[in-house]
Amino acid sequence: MTTLDSSKEIQKNNSEVNETHEDFRMFGLITFLIADGMTFAGFFAAYLTYKAVNPLPDGAIYELELPIPTLNTILLLVSSATFHKAGKALLKDKNSDSQKWLFFTAFLGIIFLICQLFEYFHLPFGLTDNLFASTFYALTGFHGLHVTLGTLMILIIAWQSRINGGRLTSQNMFPLEAVELYWHFVDGIWVILFIILYLL
Amino acid sequence: MTISIDPQKTNNESLQPKGWLRYFSFSLDHKVIGIQYLVCGFLFYLIGGTLASAIRIELASPMSDFMPRDVYNQVLTLHGTIMIFLWIVPVVNGAFGNYLIPFYVGARDMAFPRLNAVAFWLIPPSGLMLVASYFVEGAAQAGWTAYPPLSITTPQSGQIIWILSVLLLGGSSIFGGINFIATIIKLRRPGLKLMQLPMYCWAMLGTSLLVVLSTPVLAGTLILLSFDIIANTGFFNPVLGGNVVVYQHLFWFYSHPAVYIMVLPAFGLVSEILPVHARKPLFGYTTMVFSIMGIVVLGLVVWAHHMFTSGTPPWMRLFFTIATAFIAVPTGIKFFNWVATLWGGKISINSAMLFSCGFIINFVFGGITGVALAQVPFDIHVHDTYFVVAHFHYIVYGGTVFIIFSSIYHWFPKVTGKMLNEKLGILHFIITFIGFNLCFAPQHWLGLNGMPRRVAEYDPQFQFVNQISSLGALLMAISTIPFLINVFLSLRNGKDAGDNPWNALTPEWLTSSPPPVENWEGESPLVEEPYGYGEEISAQK
Repeated sequence: MTTLDSSKEIQKNNSEVNETHEDFRMFGLITFLIADGMTFAGFFAAYLTYKAVNPLPDGAIYELELPIPTLNTILLLVSSATFHKAGKALLKDKNSDSQKWLFFTAFLGIIFLICQLFEYFHLPFGLTDNLFASTFYALTGFHGLHVTLGTLMILIIAWQSRINGGRLTSQNMFPLEAVELYWHFVDGIWVILFIILYLL
Repeated sequence: MTISIDPQKTNNESLQPKGWLRYFSFSLDHKVIGIQYLVCGFLFYLIGGTLASAIRIELASPMSDFMPRDVYNQVLTLHGTIMIFLWIVPVVNGAFGNYLIPFYVGARDMAFPRLNAVAFWLIPPSGLMLVASYFVEGAAQAGWTAYPPLSITTPQSGQIIWILSVLLLGGSSIFGGINFIATIIKLRRPGLKLMQLPMYCWAMLGTSLLVVLSTPVLAGTLILLSFDIIANTGFFNPVLGGNVVVYQHLFWFYSHPAVYIMVLPAFGLVSEILPVHARKPLFGYTTMVFSIMGIVVLGLVVWAHHMFTSGTPPWMRLFFTIATAFIAVPTGIKFFNWVATLWGGKISINSAMLFSCGFIINFVFGGITGVALAQVPFDIHVHDTYFVVAHFHYIVYGGTVFIIFSSIYHWFPKVTGKMLNEKLGILHFIITFIGFNLCFAPQHWLGLNGMPRRVAEYDPQFQFVNQISSLGALLMAISTIPFLINVFLSLRNGKDAGDNPWNALTPEWLTSSPPPVENWEGESPLVEEPYGYGEEISAQK
């Protein structure tokens, strides 16, 4: 994994210049993502309990169709791979390649959000129709918020990796690695969400 | 490469404002942030204490004559929320943690100083919001637990402000927790091993793990609750097909660990204070560490013992009873270790020591009632009675608040360079200890005889015991007066403390009082034996 390897390299570079301490920003980010993951865990636990305990009332509609979310899953998985490519390119000092991959990743994120909205508008139920409808919108909405933030951050680091005057270089990879880790996290959450909401 | 948020470099001395301005500005110095936490928390303690006094005045008579019933519910809600989220949690974690942890790991600041400042500055606005929620039409009155459907059906504007405020405070708590974990794990000076850290570091590591793992669940739950209130969804509303017990599970998944978030740091602080004033090494360091970690693990899997009357199935009752009873083991180990630390020590009877001993006495009482409450048959008998109120206050007031005062007496000389007046301190302890026990010990009897909690009116047969309890509350209110006089007098013309008035060995005493901006003039000292008092005693003999 580039994330771990290159962060080790940063630590090495860092300790050559400044011997006081290693770079622990990634450690802080991982701790934060564990906390963020616990929020999702709470939501998932609530949803699974509802599924086990609360029956769907008579006449209530709660049906999901698979094509769009499956497409979305593929989009996010591909975007994780393209992000990885961006990191590799930056490590080899190919800044313009890296920037292209980043823009492509952000593009995939935007397509994901558009598909999600399309699904929202074509579902046969609304937010307050029944318990499962509410849980569906709360879970996918909270995840969509994460994707939105992630896409914005990717656009920011894509701007920062411009060739003249950008602060993102192979010497300073942390912004890219941090956003990459976050993006993989959001991706992983989506896979769990897809399994729990759509497949179970 | 250069790292722009290198904590070793951000706190350039010339960037720091001097004097009082330091404490009212967005400082990044961990010591200033610690003091900001403490003073801010204490102001909210005074507000929460005033509300508690109002509750006890109301309960001095069986009828609701001092305030109307709905105002009583609002005051009760605000008292609980302020005391937990704005006094105990920020002070015992944020204040002492920020001040002491960088010293203990031999660092010049916390791992993420800016995040640290953000975590503190989330507190005053959300605190003001919480207090302001009392003055809107329809203040929150569902208690600090905000159980639906009560919180959904009562007037809603205050409840929404309450939720937003608690969400912000939770965020502050998570940022603080991330910072503590990174500081303790990653920022230790070279050569300092984990098993050489002072006990408070271990306590804060355990607490921060609990914060990071459980607070986000509360945040998610409150977001769903606010959807129920604002958007008319039915997550926790049985009328719309929702499930109230799910709220209780999610809420207590945070709020039971929250009890350990409130009391574990106090365990750590008392482990720092006792060895210094008893001139003995801390007894059983390794068992203390493992007890803390045991409490962290067990603390995450006992939440449903708050819900024995919520229709929990028998297997769940069995599991949570056993798991809860198991917590008595690590807690008991810690208790005996403190007593063994005192045993045969050269004890100085000063305010810090008295408050710590008061803590041990009160805490063992609260612990015993806690084990009793874990047993399903007993719990069902006293559920939602004053027995629970007494148990809870024995832990958080008799336990944690006693340790907060003890810590203030212990570290005031380090923070300000002045000694506190011992006579006023001992007076403060005596009034607090008598007042506290007079207030809460009779409530065990009230609960066993069936007086329900959270209700403004009660059966007239309980009046006499309630009046004793209210008298105790009066003494507790009075006890803050000698404390405040003491602090202000000592700040003005207290005796000079010198660098190390207690002859303590932990690292914060090895620098000047008050410490310089980056903690040490040169290299930070390597303290391998923070409790090495034994040699000193044998040398004296």
